[in-house]
Amino acid sequence: MSALSRVASRSVVLAQTNIDTDQIIPARFLSTTERKGLGKHAFHDWRWLADGAPNPSFAFNREDNAGREILLAGRNFGCGSSREHAPWALRDLGLRAVVSSEIADIFRNNALKNGLLPVILDEAIVQRLMQRPDDTLEIDVASRTLRTPAGESFAFPLDSFSRTCLLEGVDELGYLLARRDEIQRHESAHHKEQIHAR
Amino acid sequence: MTTNRPKTLYDKLWDAHVVVPETDDAPAVLYIDLHLIHEVTSPQAFAELDARGIRPARPDRTKATMDHSTPTLPAGPDGRLPYASAASEKQVDTLARNCAAHGIELFDLASDQRGIVHVIAPELGLTQPGMTIVCGDSHTSTHGAFGALAFGIGTSEVGHVLATQCLLQRKAKTMSITVDGALAPGVGAKDVILHIIGVIGVNGGTGHVIEYRGSTIRAMDMEQRMTLCNMSIEAGARAGMVAPDDTTFAWLAQAPRAPKGAEFEAAKAGWAALATDEGASFDVEVRIDAADIRPTLTWGTHPGTAIAIDAPIPAANDAAARKALDYMAFNAGHSLEHTKVDVVFVGSCTNGRLRDMREVADVLRGRTIASSVRMLVVPGSEQVKREAEAEGIHEVVRAAGAEWREPGCSMCIAMNGDLVAPGQLAVSTSNRNFEGRQGPGSRTLLASPLTAAWAAVNGRVGDPRELFDARKEVA
Ligand code: SF4
Repeated sequence: MSALSRVASRSVVLAQTNIDTDQIIPARFLSTTERKGLGKHAFHDWRWLADGAPNPSFAFNREDNAGREILLAGRNFGCGSSREHAPWALRDLGLRAVVSSEIADIFRNNALKNGLLPVILDEAIVQRLMQRPDDTLEIDVASRTLRTPAGESFAFPLDSFSRTCLLEGVDELGYLLARRDEIQRHESAHHKEQIHAR
Repeated sequence: MTTNRPKTLYDKLWDAHVVVPETDDAPAVLYIDLHLIHEVTSPQAFAELDARGIRPARPDRTKATMDHSTPTLPAGPDGRLPYASAASEKQVDTLARNCAAHGIELFDLASDQRGIVHVIAPELGLTQPGMTIVCGDSHTSTHGAFGALAFGIGTSEVGHVLATQCLLQRKAKTMSITVDGALAPGVGAKDVILHIIGVIGVNGGTGHVIEYRGSTIRAMDMEQRMTLCNMSIEAGARAGMVAPDDTTFAWLAQAPRAPKGAEFEAAKAGWAALATDEGASFDVEVRIDAADIRPTLTWGTHPGTAIAIDAPIPAANDAAARKALDYMAFNAGHSLEHTKVDVVFVGSCTNGRLRDMREVADVLRGRTIASSVRMLVVPGSEQVKREAEAEGIHEVVRAAGAEWREPGCSMCIAMNGDLVAPGQLAVSTSNRNFEGRQGPGSRTLLASPLTAAWAAVNGRVGDPRELFDARKEVA
């Protein structure tokens, strides 16, 4: 995982609440054995019209939104399935942070593992930010704050473990592998049996 | 923390599986007893492990099956299965290759124990009380019906479990949902969980593990409890669970992979001790009266839009609700009753078990489905299919004019070519009604198997309680 310490960008707004993972990446695009290349299918059914032409009213199709790395989303973003394809698709689309007043558990976990920063702020603040998508917001991982050009600063929750992982670009697998001895001790004390032999 | 503090079922499972306790700085390392994998969310995890030269730590604790991308139509005259795409077939082949290379037991397309991952593990008795169970699939919560701590994980975490048999986890908050009283005839577990999600909301369980309690839950059989726990994730909860009891033990006593003889008796004593202690407290407590639960369906584009069949669709009070009404082409103030239906889907890990097949057959027996309706009945596993066919259910389904398919996820996720066409309205026993979930432009009403089958007969949404009134008259 590549390290992430700071995101500074204008935002794309999807104000709708409860944007589920089937919208972020519809199931029919999950028939892949790769992590890459899902960006073109991100929000597919909102982004592309039935004839394959871009839907001009969809935020990600607006030219001035190109290259923006922050998504401002309605409450309960990422609900639904556990598909990690959702954060893969958003990263592939160029996003580095999702700001919402609520982000579904599994999506949040998956996002953190893929260098996509989930930023949870009060609903009223998110609503205000949504009014000014052309402001360049600065999100700083180390201090866990989001700053606006007007000088406001909002703290967001991020546990120190995830913070370290993001800042150092290390992944959780390395951390787990380093605890192999403890795992083996626990296993031989409590879970030694080969389970469910045929 | 004193050791004799009363504990919840969740506390007990958590404590028994902590390898390294959580601190402010780091989550706990949690041991995983059973890891289930399928073709869609595992290939990238194996690729990552292979790239790092890591072998699975405990291949015996991972079990694999193929369900999401697999066709539900039999092989054609050329012997080839009608895969939706070459990519789907490649996913299935990739799983088989990965399992062979890493010594993981696979219930493949030739196995008579194959099926939807959350249907087969309980059937086999792989799912047992007191276990931690994970799968790269959000409906892993199903296994909580046995008093297991079971939850969905992402593909990176599939890799973590393969490599270390552990996961990094923070302890969740607890929520008890107590349902008391008798359910009316025609009202089932699916109505209970839809009602609950309607009450607490699509994000009402976020950050929590739910324990379902109360006399209504105790009276449910294992299949109903699985339906209930299955949809915990639809309320945003990490997991849902029911404390094991005699109903649970009776199921396990006949499950092939559960312990046998003296081992079973010993295990049972341990399982019985898992129940939440008297006096244990939950972070949130919700009470539901079973008498308030009517046949329940969803009107919108997430499962939290559940309403009783005869209740009016609520007025849209925000942009999301307006968009949902617009997508579904419904009007606020109308009830769902009498809504014209194009497709009926019975199946999925929510309602693809034998009990569900029987309920549907009871409605269809001696009746035919409306000529305007296409109905698919998809058993959740080979075992469900076998047992249903032994009872002649497939013939009842076919005689009524519906299709009886091979086991798999099918129209629940619409990855395998089983699709609802754009604009069509489906009544489905599955668990998600998101925009396009059953195919681009598809519109879904989530409902119980009884409500679904009755809608197929009438060509319109109808109240399944009518069936029971009519039966009384006949008797
Ligand atoms: S039946 Fe549906 S919800 Fe269940 S595992 Fe398959 S796709 Fe997921």
